[in-house]
Amino acid sequence: MQTASHSSAPPRPASWPMYRALVGVGVACGLLIVSVYVLTLPVIARNEAEALQRAVLQVLPGAVAKASFVFAADGTFHPAGGAGTGGEMVHAGYDAAGQLVGVAVEGQGMGYQDVIRILYGYAPQQQVIVGMQVLASKETPGLGDKIEKDAAFLANFQSLDVRLAADGENLQHTIEAVKQGTKTAPWQIDGITGATISSKAIASILRQGSAQWVPRLHARQADLVSAGGPDGE
Amino acid sequence: MVNKGSAATSSSTDEFIKGLWRDNPVFVQVLGMCPVLAVTNSGINALAMGLATLFVLVLSNALVSMLRHFIPRQVRIATFILIIATFVTVVDYLIQAISLDLHRALGAFISLIVVNCLILGRAEAFACKNSVGRSILDGLGMGVGFTFALLCLGGVREILGNGSLFGVALFPAGFQPWIVMILPSGGFFTLGLWLLLFNYLKGRRQARQTLAQEVGV
Repeated sequence: MQTASHSSAPPRPASWPMYRALVGVGVACGLLIVSVYVLTLPVIARNEAEALQRAVLQVLPGAVAKASFVFAADGTFHPAGGAGTGGEMVHAGYDAAGQLVGVAVEGQGMGYQDVIRILYGYAPQQQVIVGMQVLASKETPGLGDKIEKDAAFLANFQSLDVRLAADGENLQHTIEAVKQGTKTAPWQIDGITGATISSKAIASILRQGSAQWVPRLHARQADLVSAGGPDGE
Repeated sequence: MVNKGSAATSSSTDEFIKGLWRDNPVFVQVLGMCPVLAVTNSGINALAMGLATLFVLVLSNALVSMLRHFIPRQVRIATFILIIATFVTVVDYLIQAISLDLHRALGAFISLIVVNCLILGRAEAFACKNSVGRSILDGLGMGVGFTFALLCLGGVREILGNGSLFGVALFPAGFQPWIVMILPSGGFFTLGLWLLLFNYLKGRRQARQTLAQEVGV
């Protein structure tokens, strides 16, 4: 440590070395960050695309390829990637013969700790949800995170009834979460004891998502069947 | 604070070894408790956090040491933080490029490496007073010691709380995991037990040294 000087005020330190150090280090650090960002950007984008592809194929059993579509303001689906595409995106999955297997839709809602993001697959022919995967959640490890791993819970989404009512606007039955082991109807979700809030959150995301998307997808199924071929392996 | 005279006389291997055990950042210096408690709920998270910290620690120690004659005392802390934050951002992008799942599991804690007092502590107490080589060795030792400590906690918590280690199940299906071990409270329990063990070993070593001195006299 510096010993106290004899004069009442210590001499002012020169400011140039300080500017030099701060600006120099700042510029060098900025350059380093920018170069790493530019170098890793394509790898990160590829990782994200691969993760999405895996998730889509997982929630649509039987699908081997996917194509993404944007839901436009005029109520139709356009292939994603074109100019001026903005809006909510869905991913159609096709089997080996190029037939539409179903559509994967993203949804999110509040869980116990934080927002849960999920991807679920909807099969328009059977009008059921055929798969669900949690994309991101911060649920309690060992309790709430069972929504990601619990086999019995995930079995709920192999064939979850989301049939449209006769008016084509609403679902015949809304999705509901019930206590573990009390599921009686195909539109009910068997909850998880110890993860009540998390499993109810999934049900609520699906309830809102299906009410919004099932009528749209049902009405405009032809957009997804006819529009182009799948864009991936 | 490291005494300059003793630092000059201690060997290079000493700079490395001290962080592993004698001055272990977690068990002896009790630094960086936020990641220690928060991300040690599984072995793989602990390992990734430890390696990320090790990387930042070594690089920031090296750069701080390289620039030690260039940085005036008055702005040193600001400059150190800038350097540390840069390397943390680099690590953040690298982890995203390596594995998105890992990045998701570590969540906000990668950014929080910036405020890990271990890293600023080593820059201030060691790197800005010692040569680049010594600072890198110091960073390596402290980083490996930190990773080791995180693994000690993460291993115990995952084995008891999830019945597995690095995702490999260790017990038969009938094992009832101790959920509390992977909850935050389990972190405190495990840390407490490890600190108990370390203090016991330290006490025993000191007692033995005293005894040896008395016998010698």
